[in-house]
Amino acid sequence: MVNNTTTVKPHRSNVTQRKIANRIMLTLCMLASVAAVTVLGLVLFFLISKGFSSINVNFFTQLPNHVDEKAGGMSQSIYGTLVLLGLASVIGLPLGILGGIYQLEAKGKFASAVRFFTDVLNGIPSIVIGIFVYAVWVAPIAKLHPGTGYSAFAGGFALGIMMIPTIMRTTEEILKLVPFSMREASLGLGATRWRTMWSVVLPSARGGVITGIMLALARIAGETAPLLFTILGNEFFVTHKVYGIKVPTLTAPIDALPLRIYNYATAVDPEQQRMAWAGAVVLITLILVLSIAARAATRGKVLEEK
Amino acid sequence: MTNIASQDKQTPPALSRPVVNAAAAATANRPDAKSKIVAKDVDFYYGDFHALKKINIVVPEHQVTALIGPSGCGKSTFLRTLNRMNDLIDGTRLTGSITLDGADIYDRSRDVVGLRKTVGMVFQKPNPFPMTIFDNICYGPRIHGIRNRKLLDEVVERTLRGAALWDEVKDKLHKSAFALSGGQQQRLCIARVLAVEPDVILMDEPCSALDPNSTFRIEQLMEDLRGHYTIVIVTHNMQQAARVSQQTGFFLRGELREFDDTSTIFTNPSDEETEAYVSGRFG
Repeated sequence: MVNNTTTVKPHRSNVTQRKIANRIMLTLCMLASVAAVTVLGLVLFFLISKGFSSINVNFFTQLPNHVDEKAGGMSQSIYGTLVLLGLASVIGLPLGILGGIYQLEAKGKFASAVRFFTDVLNGIPSIVIGIFVYAVWVAPIAKLHPGTGYSAFAGGFALGIMMIPTIMRTTEEILKLVPFSMREASLGLGATRWRTMWSVVLPSARGGVITGIMLALARIAGETAPLLFTILGNEFFVTHKVYGIKVPTLTAPIDALPLRIYNYATAVDPEQQRMAWAGAVVLITLILVLSIAARAATRGKVLEEK
Repeated sequence: MTNIASQDKQTPPALSRPVVNAAAAATANRPDAKSKIVAKDVDFYYGDFHALKKINIVVPEHQVTALIGPSGCGKSTFLRTLNRMNDLIDGTRLTGSITLDGADIYDRSRDVVGLRKTVGMVFQKPNPFPMTIFDNICYGPRIHGIRNRKLLDEVVERTLRGAALWDEVKDKLHKSAFALSGGQQQRLCIARVLAVEPDVILMDEPCSALDPNSTFRIEQLMEDLRGHYTIVIVTHNMQQAARVSQQTGFFLRGELREFDDTSTIFTNPSDEETEAYVSGRFG
């Protein structure tokens, strides 16, 4: 009897206690998210307030003009970034996606070693990748043909390396979500594993794989460090003609938005600093567009069901 | 027909006594039926777990063989050894031999892909591919090299008719297979298996996710298919086993306790535990 009353009472206060703890923790969680969003908001606010005024048509169509910065633009950096993203994709997409499939399908020591090294590669600072590409590509070419070496190819190579682990990992994780019953059905019909992967698993996970690619692109679009050693930067957009069509010269130094921002932001000329802010706005917009495209690709679902 | 004949001459209890004599009993019962699949002393392990113990079974051609037993008794595991679906699971091991038309399916030189074309499988949950109905059916023929559109059209119509689905879907062949009901999806999966022209169809609880009406249609379908295919079905539903099959095997704790004519298993089983199970005393 006595025991009964003593157990009931603390039990009650315990409920209140738990409710209070619940409130506190939920509030903390909310405050943390508010803080995170606030930081993002402040960054965007500063960017737009400082850079938006310098954005005009010239910014997208003209090359830098050091006599009158306002009349000049950053067209060469914008095109350069797009070219670099394309080159990086040529390396990163096939290697990343095929590697991701391999990690999913293969078992055993080699596969787990590959997975481990992918994680290591993911953790390597981007500047180290820049130095690596400089050492194996830029420097040897410069030795052979003095005055050359820095090129769009080298930059695309460095960014492509950075894409591989991200795409590999997301591809593997997304493909894992495809129900095993789907593969069973295909294998049960006498399909090979590759055929099953290509015709059933990959199409089911298409949306998720595309999201992974977009996010990887968004990530490398803002990379500066690996470009310092590889593309050098250029105030012109070098092109040549192939069958009468103007194409970018990939063996020449090229410009990229983050690199141009870095150069202008550290300059003394306040006009150039303003251009750097404007470049940052464009870069952020580009990344935002990629992220939104990633969302649109999946439309809220990772796996294809209809 | 063979069913009635076998009812006349009851199996002597001694012959159908458990495990060791099970295979002999089955063959003794129907000297006329050609044996399609013969499993001999099959032991199967998931890692250290001994999932199947000395299974001996003879599956006759062009009949329905049902495997029943409580959950975890190994009946699905055994079914999946018949087209080497268990190969997909790590750390599994099989000893003994399973032959299909006299050839060992676990032989080193055996082409697993070819085996699975001959031994098709229908799964518990309908698992159509995220494609149109037409492409679902054509998936199998296409991977085996048929590209001719006219030929594929024929295959689609023939198999959908075979799976008793044609009239319901003929106007929406190019719609997603996910738009179909569960029962229709399962019949689509059966049609998809028919399209690769197998000899044997394995069914792993094909009706457990379906409503009674769809179940009825699939059971009818099995009756129709029996003349052309050898069917092995795993089912939790004893009435279903009694309705559709000619032979029934009772699995318990990884052993095949009894294997005999369906009528014998359900009316006059020789194993005590079989009797307890089919009369609903456990399981």
